[in-house]
Amino acid sequence: MTALSINAVYKQYPNVKALNGIDLSVKRGEFFGLLGPNGAGKSTLINIIAGLTKADSGEISIMGHDTKTDFRAARKNLGIVPQELVFDPVLTVREAIRIQAGYYGVGKASYDWIDEIIDKLMLSDKADTNMRALSGGMKRRVMVAQALAHKPPVIVLDEPTAGVDVELRRSLWQFIKRLNNDGHTIILTTHYLEEAEALCDRIGIINHGELIALDSTAELIANGIASKSRLRLAIDNNERPLPDSVKHLISDLSSEAELVFEFDRSQHSALDIIDALRLAGFIITDIHTEHADLEDVFLSLTSKQSS
Amino acid sequence: MNTIGFNTLLKKELLRFWKVAFQTIFAPIVTTLLYLVVFSQALNSRVSVFDDIEYTVFLVPGLVIMAVLQNAFANSSSSLAQAKITGHIIFILLPPLSHIELYLAYTIAAMVRGMIVGLGVLIAATLFIPISIHSFAFLFVFALASSAVLGTIGIIAGIWAEKFDQLALFQNFIIMPLTFLSGIFYSIQSLPAFWQFVSHLNPFFYMVDGFRYGFLGVSDVSPWYSLTFVIIAMIICTGITLVLLKRGYKLRQ
Repeated sequence: MTALSINAVYKQYPNVKALNGIDLSVKRGEFFGLLGPNGAGKSTLINIIAGLTKADSGEISIMGHDTKTDFRAARKNLGIVPQELVFDPVLTVREAIRIQAGYYGVGKASYDWIDEIIDKLMLSDKADTNMRALSGGMKRRVMVAQALAHKPPVIVLDEPTAGVDVELRRSLWQFIKRLNNDGHTIILTTHYLEEAEALCDRIGIINHGELIALDSTAELIANGIASKSRLRLAIDNNERPLPDSVKHLISDLSSEAELVFEFDRSQHSALDIIDALRLAGFIITDIHTEHADLEDVFLSLTSKQSS
Repeated sequence: MNTIGFNTLLKKELLRFWKVAFQTIFAPIVTTLLYLVVFSQALNSRVSVFDDIEYTVFLVPGLVIMAVLQNAFANSSSSLAQAKITGHIIFILLPPLSHIELYLAYTIAAMVRGMIVGLGVLIAATLFIPISIHSFAFLFVFALASSAVLGTIGIIAGIWAEKFDQLALFQNFIIMPLTFLSGIFYSIQSLPAFWQFVSHLNPFFYMVDGFRYGFLGVSDVSPWYSLTFVIIAMIICTGITLVLLKRGYKLRQ
């Protein structure tokens, strides 16, 4: 079952090809991460999904409803937390959320649910406060509440934790995770790779308007370009020549007391390197291995595409 | 139709001006009454427009409809421009609201504000000046249609303006001159032939003249002619606005 289906979407701005044939589908109940450097096309894609930007060609459907031919049903099934911190200065927190639910055709029936999300997002004591009087973090929470007010099955969060403090980021993570556990499909764009790694089941990486990687988070990190590992060895007697079998794997020779190797796990193993060094007479006093994380994958893929 | 969505947007637009009623309702009423005081003091004994009708009695309907027009325009234009410039327009672009629902909600809210201010001016004026109504139907229809036209032009201005400066330009260089040169303060019969011709090209003239007929039973042109002209203006403005909203001009990229 597909929550979001994107089919051959193109978008050209006067001087930039923003999206160059994006195909993507997100399953119901999935926690999907959309990553990419600034200007990669993430926001353009989100805006097209939201109906804020028109694609030159291609189709998008949300819960099976086409965003153009069946825009009412498509939008009813979608909740968006925009990236920009925006608010209506005339309204209180509760009014802003209730009015947002009303726009989606949900009237007083949503009031209990709205009270619940106000409570879960720790906005209860500010519910009757004017939006202008809130801190940036509070406004961000209200925007999340507004996106959820009509209980959409698909929720898109465009950099929801940008510029918020660590405590709020953590509490938003927990809240979003809970929504996902309750069955909501979550699509998250973020600059924090740690965030994507911690939350997302599957990740798509977009660059120069093209989807350059699409896989489960674990597979993305474990396979292909991500299969690199780093081995740090503390050495007591580093004056010896390195054995030929591992010489080409060295990545850092700057420290006399440490050797750093980088290798592809599909071709080498940490044990082989350690054995080769011990045979050559090196005395190893400490061993530390690091696997590639999402940041390595991201940097590797985007820099590869740029070059 | 998304009835709840439309009702919510309309309610929100009404709430928007009601929450700042001193600025949006009472201030324009006071300003308009100041015009009445100044002009009636200065000109009442010197100017006669129609036979047997005092200048102040002539002036009141003009000032009432001026308040209706200006406030209808101000409501939709400032609401949309503010939402666009500050970015919270996103909250009405994301939901399943059609271009027709957006048009109706903004226009009706503008009409309501225009009518409230106009009514306020009328009630305050009747405390000092004896006013009779010749045709309530004409008065009401002209107020309704004229506020709808200006509310619609306000939407166009709000969509077009990218900063408050541009909105002020629209207000001061288009709306204000057309309003002031529409015969609010004088009858166009007193103008030279060329300016009478120019006045006949000003759609606001027909709004003012037809509305005044509702009070006085006399007008520069036939009220039916004025009504036809106002309705044509309404159809044209509505058509333009609906096309802009449907295309998402300056709203959706």
